[in-house]
Amino acid sequence: MNKTIRQLVAAVALMVPAVGAFASSEGPALEKAPINIQDTESLQRGAQTFVNYCLSCHSASAMRYNRLADIGLSEEQIKSNLMFATDKIGEQMNVAMDKKDAKNWFGATPPDLSVIARSRGADYLYGYLRGFYRDPSRPTGWNNLVFDKVGMPHILWEWQGEQELHTHKGADGHEEHKLELVKAGTLTKLENGKANTAEFDKRMADLTNFLVYIGEPVQVKRHQVGYTVLLYLFLLLLPFAYFLKKEYWKDIH
Amino acid sequence: MSTGQKILNWVDERFPLSSMMKEHVTEYYAPKNFNFWYFFGSLALLVLVIQIVTGIFLTMNYKPDGTLNGAGIPVAFASVEYIMRDVAGGWIIRYMHSTGASMFFVVVYLHMFRGVIYGSYKQPRELVWVFGTLIFLVLMAEAFMGYLLPWGQMSFWGAQVIVNLFASIPVIGPDLSVFIRGDFVVGDATLNRFFALHVIAVPLILLALVVAHLIALHEVGSNNPDGVEIKKLKGEDGKPLDGIPFHPYYTVKDVLGVAVFLIVFSAIVFFAPEMGGYFLEHPNFDQADPLKTPPHIAPVWYFTPFYAILRAIPSFAGTQVWGVLAMGAAVVLIAFLPWLDKSPVKSIRYRGPKFKIMLTLFITAFIGLGILGALPSTNLRTIVAQLFSFIYFAFFLGMPFYTKNDVGTTPVPTRVTMSTPARQARFVVLVVVTLVAATLFAKFI
Repeated sequence: MNKTIRQLVAAVALMVPAVGAFASSEGPALEKAPINIQDTESLQRGAQTFVNYCLSCHSASAMRYNRLADIGLSEEQIKSNLMFATDKIGEQMNVAMDKKDAKNWFGATPPDLSVIARSRGADYLYGYLRGFYRDPSRPTGWNNLVFDKVGMPHILWEWQGEQELHTHKGADGHEEHKLELVKAGTLTKLENGKANTAEFDKRMADLTNFLVYIGEPVQVKRHQVGYTVLLYLFLLLLPFAYFLKKEYWKDIH
Repeated sequence: MSTGQKILNWVDERFPLSSMMKEHVTEYYAPKNFNFWYFFGSLALLVLVIQIVTGIFLTMNYKPDGTLNGAGIPVAFASVEYIMRDVAGGWIIRYMHSTGASMFFVVVYLHMFRGVIYGSYKQPRELVWVFGTLIFLVLMAEAFMGYLLPWGQMSFWGAQVIVNLFASIPVIGPDLSVFIRGDFVVGDATLNRFFALHVIAVPLILLALVVAHLIALHEVGSNNPDGVEIKKLKGEDGKPLDGIPFHPYYTVKDVLGVAVFLIVFSAIVFFAPEMGGYFLEHPNFDQADPLKTPPHIAPVWYFTPFYAILRAIPSFAGTQVWGVLAMGAAVVLIAFLPWLDKSPVKSIRYRGPKFKIMLTLFITAFIGLGILGALPSTNLRTIVAQLFSFIYFAFFLGMPFYTKNDVGTTPVPTRVTMSTPARQARFVVLVVVTLVAATLFAKFI
């Protein structure tokens, strides 16, 4: 029996790489978003950016303001720093903008962002937020590297400055797109043609982190409960079941 | 006489409680040589219970309503997020249910595979197998309807694709698909009826079939890895020499299986509930939008082998009904195994090389189809899927020919044999080879 358990564990362990193996990737290669869901300071900075810039057009209707206690904010802090659209702390993060107007202005209603991180993934959002570039052919004057012909204008252009798209033909004939900062913003620097975007990137990582958090606010707690459950199963149920079986089966040959 | 005994006697005079317990549990004699593969029947029952209990709690807060709420989100979609955030413990219930759906198919596929390798469907267990196949079919319907309920993009478009399959049936097809949907597109009417079917109608059928499956099994007795009928050799006390009472021997053994299963199950629920997008697909976190077709519609992983067969069959004579028929046949054929298999022996241990070769090809084809069904099709993938579909059907339809007189060099023993380290090592090697081959195929196709 001992062997069978070991075999089972081995089989399960071996299944893990097989499961993730065929997640095919499409579109441009995305940089890994440097996020940490346990970093409450980063989440608080992300929340600040979110309510000031995103929440004017995008709702997060599954998310309640008072839930932000999760990321270490007091009710007072939430009320005075983050709530502009409502005065009820239990209210959801909705927007006042009319959906028909929004559709007229942007060509599409700005999507609700409650679970956007779960549908697109953190890397996509991190790439998207930093992927805007000047494109005079677009009605807004902006386009995006990871979301071609996006309807949304570059809300954070004052922070980021302006980027241009450069396309190089690689050795194998494969087109390579690269964004280049041509005009510095308040959070980027351009010195002797060298761009320093560290500060802006950090802000976008914080915002991505926050979007990942609101996608599933319970995720940190989920891990904590998970360790307790697994500990119980490994230390109590498994040994108990194993020795009970062994005791009963000792005469069966 | 103790009070407990008195109460039991009182009940027994009115209801066969003690005799039922004896017949199905304490004096149900099961072969003593069950191995790893025999955990999955009891585990399937465990997952069924998990699904029913978590399902009951989910219905308390889920709303089958396709209309948009004030924030422009479909009520059904929003109610799932409400369960995930505002209902106490809702997230754990929901993840148990979504993980349970996939794990149900994991254990059922392994349970069915056990039946194939040890010939558990052969005479006298044909009805056990037929009931089992029906359970599989009903389970697919249950899972398909349940998948519509979160009302995400994959819920909507997956249902749209599958219901449209019925539209390809000549003459009655278009009307039939409207009848199933209750509308000309998948909509609120569809969501409501799928909810009703998912929580009441189909589970009732499922439970009835599970009872029939178990009654039929206990009537004929369990098969075992050697394919030896233990009832043929009884001791002086009238009990099978190679049999042991289900309780306590297999109840305690199954508890061990449950413990290991729960570790795997909890690891997924708490640490990887999306399972890399295979248990919960990423596009299903976008609300259903009838005006926006996703670029790639993939069914959940447990349907992909059959979906790949559907896509592999080209349209012919102006209709696409052939793919639908092939997909249906792929499921229905499973029920006919008892009559397709002409082998004089049950277990793969005593079969000849022909069956072993065909089974290896079948496993390759089935896993290969499963991988292909999850991927967008290309020319190469379609050709490979066609080859695998051919193998899939050849395994079943060729069976009357290749199983005839196909016996191994070792004769079937009269008594069951217990597991040996060599056998266990071979099992591990086969599992590893299968997983490595599947991974490599997925990477390069």
